[in-house]
Amino acid sequence: MTAVEAPSHGLLDTDRIRADFPILGRRLDGDRPLVYLDSANTSQKPRQVIDAMTAHYEQINSNVGRAVHQLGDASTQAYEVARVKIAAFINAPDASEVIFTKNSSEALNLVANTLSWAHGDHAVGAGDEIVITEMEHHSNIVPWQLLAERKDATLRWFGITDEGRLDLSQIDSVINDRTKVVSVVWVSNMLGTVTPLETIIRRAREVGALVVVDASQAVPQMPVDVAALGADLVAFTGHKMVGPTGIGVLWGRTEVLDALPPFLGGGSMIETVTMGGSTWAPLPAKFEAGTPPIVEAIGLAAAVDYLSAIGMDRIASHEHVLTAYALERMRELPGLTILGPTEAVDRGGAVSFELDGIHPHDVSQVLDSLGIAVRAGHHCAKPAHARFGVQSSTRASFYLYTTPAEVDAFIDGIHQTRRFFKVA
Amino acid sequence: MDLQSLYQEIILDHYKSPHHAGLRDPFEVEVHHVNPTCGDEVTLRVHVVDDVVVDISYDAEGCSISQASTSVLTDLLIGKKVDDALEIHSTFVELMQSRGKVEPDEDILEDGIAFAGVAKFPGRVKCALLGWMAWKDATARVVVDVEGSVT
Repeated sequence: MTAVEAPSHGLLDTDRIRADFPILGRRLDGDRPLVYLDSANTSQKPRQVIDAMTAHYEQINSNVGRAVHQLGDASTQAYEVARVKIAAFINAPDASEVIFTKNSSEALNLVANTLSWAHGDHAVGAGDEIVITEMEHHSNIVPWQLLAERKDATLRWFGITDEGRLDLSQIDSVINDRTKVVSVVWVSNMLGTVTPLETIIRRAREVGALVVVDASQAVPQMPVDVAALGADLVAFTGHKMVGPTGIGVLWGRTEVLDALPPFLGGGSMIETVTMGGSTWAPLPAKFEAGTPPIVEAIGLAAAVDYLSAIGMDRIASHEHVLTAYALERMRELPGLTILGPTEAVDRGGAVSFELDGIHPHDVSQVLDSLGIAVRAGHHCAKPAHARFGVQSSTRASFYLYTTPAEVDAFIDGIHQTRRFFKVA
Repeated sequence: MDLQSLYQEIILDHYKSPHHAGLRDPFEVEVHHVNPTCGDEVTLRVHVVDDVVVDISYDAEGCSISQASTSVLTDLLIGKKVDDALEIHSTFVELMQSRGKVEPDEDILEDGIAFAGVAKFPGRVKCALLGWMAWKDATARVVVDVEGSVT
């Protein structure tokens, strides 16, 4: 008997959506159906994305921006149309502000590295301050540690409250006149917290600091409007939003991207090259050295088409309803502690938890034997784990294809795990 | 997935009541090893006198497999001559890297044979080896230190 009733409103037609995802139909060992609760790690891909990539390889494949033949034209056209679609998806004022990278990590490293080489307003030097938060993914910590070390700058950060929210009580001193860069996560991959970006960006603007947002978990699950957000640079990755691996995006305001020096040097990013020196191509090519991930960009455009056809507001609602249901049902599990907000308010669809007496690795191993895929470990957020005095956690994360029945399977799986390890 | 073969009773017993746990004096070398993929950690001390492993003490945080295998390690190696302990070490490592294709020798590995099932789970082999790699590292340093002090 379940005391909590499964939700019936605000959910997507998951039967129809799931039919688009071939992998969700596969069976695991013991002929068990796959219950995939690891979408915050990487999402599954619909047929539409896989087909778009296959079709490009089969019919159009050619390098972009340089080949004067029919295939080259078609490939370049498809690659640039992909950029336009992705720009529209995040409401970027201009498609040339969308830089294709390998993933979010590369996008954030692009920013941190070019800032270390920048001259003028954006130059980071001795005594300057860089502000991040304790709930960042390692990809939004390490590049800034490297920058601070190289430039003799100081890295500061906002802590986390017991409820898993950002502690902004000292915001006026943490972000101050010495602050050059503020780089903040939008939705925490571990705690699920949606951060109050508006407040942070307003303060950063007051002191003239550059604002970078790690939107890796935000763009997949909520409507994003970079023009309205007010940040300078926004990073996200394709594979968490039903797109392929190997492609990420750095969106940046034109003035900022123009002012930053190039990241990688090579083909495509130049205007002209002599043995004495080189000049740079205009945006976006300036930041896209070498043959780009062409087919991945086309796959990401297909992903964006897929998500847009469903509607990001409806996906956000689905995620919200499912997360609320999961949080509610998790209360029935003895010895389970949620790390992060326990209410589905300003909260994304990733729920990390501790289970008394059972290590996360062991939890995920038992769940895996039941066909339930979750993540165990530090989720590349060691400082956030340390904040809660734990070394690792188990994380269940949901997406547009997740059903209430899968949440039920997960809850049953935790009960079974407790029985298996005799803590029940 | 045969969960029972992974989580043998022996493993769960060692996990619930680990043997020789805690950090003790005296010791010659202390090492700290982590499994970067999951964050499991062990701090391990060795005390070697006249080529005999007199004590292995440790403070570990991690999953049942890593905890239990460190506990079994201390049972197997404390009291052995260093050379014999290294021999047992390589037998255990070989078992763990066998992908389940090596029949474990109970005369050598005792409770360690319970980890034969772990070898079939590639994702967990590193867990089982965490404490063992730490011990080998620490012991190698003891030997270097001792030889260093002779010259």
